[in-house]
Formats: sequence, structure tokens, C-alpha cells
Amino acid sequence: MAKTFDKNDDSVVVIIGSGAGGGVLGNELAQKGVNVVCLEAGPRFTLDDIENDWNTMFGRLSWLDSRKGTGDLVAGLPLWVCKTVGGTTVHWAGASLRFMEHEFKAKSAYGNIEGANLLDWPIDLYEMERFYSMAEDKMGTTGTHGIPRLPGNNNFQVMEYGAKALGYKDVHTGNMSINSEPRDGRPGCHQIGFCMAGCAIGAKWSTLYTEIPRAEATGHYEIRPQSMVLKINHNKEGKATGVVYADADGNTHEQKARVVAIAGNSVETPRLLLNSESSMFSDGMANSSGQVGQNFMRHMTGTVYGTMPGAVHWDRGTQMAGIVMDEVKNDPNRGFAGGYYMQTLPGFGLGWYAGNVGNMSADAPGKWGRNYTRDVVENYKNMAGMWLVGEDMPQEKNGVKLHGSEKDSYGLPVPVVNFEDHANDVAMRNHAYKAGSAVYQAGGSQKQYQLSPFPSTHNMGTCRMSANAKDGVCSSTGATHDIPNLFISDGSQFTTGAACNPTLTIVALAIRQAENMTKLLSQNSI
Amino acid sequence: MTNKVSRRTFIQGSATVGVAAAGAGAILTNTEEAWALSTEVLSGDTALSILIMARHLYPHDFLGDQYYAEVVINLDEQAKSDSSLAEKLENGVKDLGQIIAADRTYNVAFKDQSSGLQLKNLKRIDGSDFFETVKGATMAGLYGNPRVAAFFGWEGSSVEHGGYINRGFDDIGWLPNKGGR
Repeated sequence: MAKTFDKNDDSVVVIIGSGAGGGVLGNELAQKGVNVVCLEAGPRFTLDDIENDWNTMFGRLSWLDSRKGTGDLVAGLPLWVCKTVGGTTVHWAGASLRFMEHEFKAKSAYGNIEGANLLDWPIDLYEMERFYSMAEDKMGTTGTHGIPRLPGNNNFQVMEYGAKALGYKDVHTGNMSINSEPRDGRPGCHQIGFCMAGCAIGAKWSTLYTEIPRAEATGHYEIRPQSMVLKINHNKEGKATGVVYADADGNTHEQKARVVAIAGNSVETPRLLLNSESSMFSDGMANSSGQVGQNFMRHMTGTVYGTMPGAVHWDRGTQMAGIVMDEVKNDPNRGFAGGYYMQTLPGFGLGWYAGNVGNMSADAPGKWGRNYTRDVVENYKNMAGMWLVGEDMPQEKNGVKLHGSEKDSYGLPVPVVNFEDHANDVAMRNHAYKAGSAVYQAGGSQKQYQLSPFPSTHNMGTCRMSANAKDGVCSSTGATHDIPNLFISDGSQFTTGAACNPTLTIVALAIRQAENMTKLLSQNSI
Repeated sequence: MTNKVSRRTFIQGSATVGVAAAGAGAILTNTEEAWALSTEVLSGDTALSILIMARHLYPHDFLGDQYYAEVVINLDEQAKSDSSLAEKLENGVKDLGQIIAADRTYNVAFKDQSSGLQLKNLKRIDGSDFFETVKGATMAGLYGNPRVAAFFGWEGSSVEHGGYINRGFDDIGWLPNKGGR
């Protein structure tokens, strides 16, 4: 079964995190015979631990270590990401879209936008085609590789009806990494409806029950759950030599490494680099550009709920299998650069819905009282819902810093995450709110609620790729510009965010990184 | 919820919900709906006032008081291990007994105020720590209660029923000209 490695074994690749980036990278390397130790901060669950209960699963899966949100973020919970084996692929909705060609060239396509720290990616869609295709095959993405699309649930049918009535053409159940029929040892979707609480039957792709057990079966892979990495060590040549981590009991260990790859999501990844400061790297590791922790992006998001004239029962079925793609084009005549998608999204149960509408929508009749219960709560079964997701502008002021005095339970400075909308983000959101509301109006809705962004699940850009070392943290392979055996392996690499859900691109980049890293290892270049 | 109260329990006033002291806590009874609740920490006046407040916050005519009473029970349970909560609730209810008119302030217990005045007083304290505490507890205790949520069309856990693939995930009937996919 699964191999174990000695902590003094300095021939292993240490991967920090086991989600879309770290989980895929680990399996890809192990399949090629590279020895991997994966350190995952969270505990390991099985499908038996996944219940159809929002509160229970939120508590079980979420990253709830102390974090502070400032600016436009939710102060107490700026991010909604996971601390568990499988990372946020346990929680994700499954939407798997490729970047548009122009989205790899944001600076060239959008020009100079005041206050935006735009840059072209050092890779393009042509380079990524092969890796996107491999990622879709790995994940069983519907609408690719001959895999049929999922059937549309009620919430999708409401969106589809309104969208087509308005003249939108590119409307379907999306490219979802949720099996529409049995594939790769996993069942087809049963339309259970709790995708984002974890898929209880494993129809949705997650590294928890695909990449990780397969990596273990190679004999080249060990995962250590409840292992929180505190610091990266380096030698006097400035090369990474290992990592210090705390186990479940709080005891610290050092795992030696030949290569270190960080995939802790876009807050923990730069936080670890900043916490690894030393006399040699006084601003944190891999930070000669000063860009570590900067340019945090979380997508332009928002939510529209429509009160429909009949029952929708939006909780039934695949939550995000429904998309309108027509607005993703870059058409500056709309008053903003970049584009956005509309994707189906129900309300996460009555309790969260009843709180969120009052707290997050200016259109609500207050937050309590007779009008609120009559208009908002008592219409629950008639509600349709969609999420708006589009490209946001990278800005230097948005990012991750270490708190000056507050420490978490590991004794590390608490991360402070700042995000403030750019004017382009606001213009896009207002356009998307109107478009989303119009979709429901076309289906007979008399009342819509436009909700502000939820805690961020799409976190990107805090260790971005750049062709030039002074503009970013890592190169197109994810290797940091400063330290050749230290890699960034998650969404932190994103130079810009594009409009689409980031997971497919994170997975494609991890496959590409594994190919490249294997070559460098065999050449003894790292 | 406890149902150990005998039918001889004293019912106060004309309201259907009655209150009686019981040791440190209190017993609330409702003869029409045939239920009762007992508190260990909160006084009868506070318990009944919070029940009334919860109803004002999220009123649903088709829900009996018993579901709002569960909010009170939850708060009483938390107050057992959190004396600052008990104090906050007792003081908050006392404050709601204060009526501020144009030229004077006088006191009438919140539970004895007319419905319109109760609402006015709640608007006066909207946003206060006490108000938010009771509002949050009502939201969680009421809409988080699966027996309540079912009245609104929340269908709960589905995996044990095989999901909705054969149970109406696409059964919408009222859309005209259902579009082809």
C-alpha cells in the first residue's frame, strides 16, 4: 500500500496542499516514478463523512483558522475554502471552463486601465490546449471528449427559458467535472443537490477519491494529513532544503526535500513565503519582485435570485449545471473590459437563504418583519438563482499581509486579506446584475434580489507568473524566479483571473508543471 | 421541548401562552396548541418576551408558537453556560419595557404592550447587541429547524433517497414552451 518516507530523505518532492493544484501535481509526479511527500493541513475524510447538511459540512470542511478580511471582503470569513485532504475540490461546484484566447493576454487586449496591474501571461491558449484536454479527460468534464452534458434541472430550465427569450444563444448545462454517466470508476450524478457540501457518491471529481488514492497505489507517494507547514528552510546558496510542519498534536518536524511545491490556495501560499523570511530573504522567500501576496483576485461575483410565478425547488439537482456564455466576450462598448458568465446557483438551504437575502441585498424589504417573511422567506420554493462570475482587475493594493501582533493557534501571524473592487469590477457587476434580473423577468419574475459577493472561493494571483522576474513571482512553469527548486502550484500563479472558474486551469497547469519538473529532475537541473 | 407540565398549570391573562415561575426558571404553557416549555435560567417574563419578539422578527401565520418557543429553549440552554448571555437577555427585555413618547418616558412590560407598540420598540433597538443576538438565534432556531424548513419547501437530505434523479429534479411544469436542450 501507500509508502512512507523518512523525514531525512532529501530526495523527495514535498508538496504543500492536496487540492486541485497539489493533489494533481502529486499524482502526476508519482505516476512518473517521482517520490512525493504531500503535507496537508486538514484531516482526511471519506465519502461516508459527507452528509447532505450545509452547516455540518461547512464546519467539517472549511478553513476556519483566524483570517481577517478588509476592504470589500466579509471581515470574519474573507474566503470560503477548505482545510481537508482534497482541499477545495471537496467543496467546488465542478464548473470546468477554459480561458478565452484574449484572457491570457489581458494587458494587450484591455490596454492600460488606471489602477490595474495588468500583465500578459507568459503562456498562451495554444500552449495550454494540450494540458486543458488532458485535464478534461482526467476529470471527466461534460461536453468534452464525447462525454454527454448533464440533464438540466428546474433552476437551469428557468434560466434557459429567460436567457433564450432575451436572445442569448450559448446556453446549456455547462462543462462540468461531474459524471453524467458512470466513468473512471465513479458513478453518474444522482441529482442530489448538495454538490458544494461534498458529493456523497463521488460523481463529482475531487482529488480526495481520484488523484490521491491513485498516487498512493504507485508506491511513490505519501500524504500526511493534519500537517500544517510553518516555514520553508533553505541553505546558504538560497536553495530550498525542506519544510518545518506541525502535526495534529502540535509537535513540529522537519521534512527534507529536493524540491518544494506550494499549493495552499492564494492566501496560505504567499503567507508561507512571507513567514519564511530569513536573514538572506528579509522580505520573505521568492520575493525579490515585491509581488508576493500582491494582486489578489477573487473574480467579479454577485448573485441574482428571482421570485418566479411557480415552484422551482432549486435545491434539487446539480447546483451549477447551467450557464449563459454570451457575455464572456471582451466588448468595451458595455462600459468595462473583460467579460462574465451567468451560472446556476441555488440558495444553500432555507437558513442561509433567509439570512443572506436580508444581509446581502439592498433590494430586500429590510432584514426582518412581516414584509420580509412574506416576500422573501415564504417564496422559498419559487426562487430561482444564478451566480455571476467574471474577470476582475489585479491591483497592487489587494493582497495578503501578515498581522503585526495577532497570532493563530500555530503561533503564526494571522493573515490579513484586503480586496477592494476596481471601477471596472463595479461596472461589470452592475451590467451582470441587470442582465441576470432581465433573464428572470423574461420568465415571469416580478421581483429579483441582487446579492453582494459571498466569501471568495476563486482566489488567484498572489504569486503571479511573469515573463520578467521583476513583474511577478514565478515563471510559466511555476518555478519561482528567485529559487529554482521552489514552485508555486495553485491558483496563486495566475497572472490575471479570466472570467471562468479557475479549477480547470489550475489542474492543467499542474499537469504541465509535473511534466516540466520531471524533466528537470531527470536532467539533475534541480 | 418538555411536555411535563400538568393541565393545572396557572395560565396568566388572556393570551394563549401562559407563564408560571418554576424554581430559578419558568414554565410556559400553551393550552390551545397543547405544548409547554420550561426554562432553567431565563425568567418567565424574559422567556415569554423573547418568544413574542421572535414572532415579530420572523412572523409566519401558519407556524404555531411552539416553533418560536424552541428559539427560547435554545437561548436558555446557551445561557446555562454563559451568564453574560442571560444578563444581556434580561436587560434587553427590560429595555423593551421602556416606552419613549414625545414628551415622556414610561414603563410597560414588553409582553403587555400592544402589538403595534412592541413593533415600534423593536425598531428602536434594531441593530443593538441584544437585538442581533435574538435575531440570530431566531433565524438559526426557526429556519434551521428541519420541521419548520419543510413548511417552506426545503426538502432536506436527499442522498438516502437516491437524490432527485427520479424524484422531480426537472419536473417544472409552468414554464411556457420548455426549450430544447
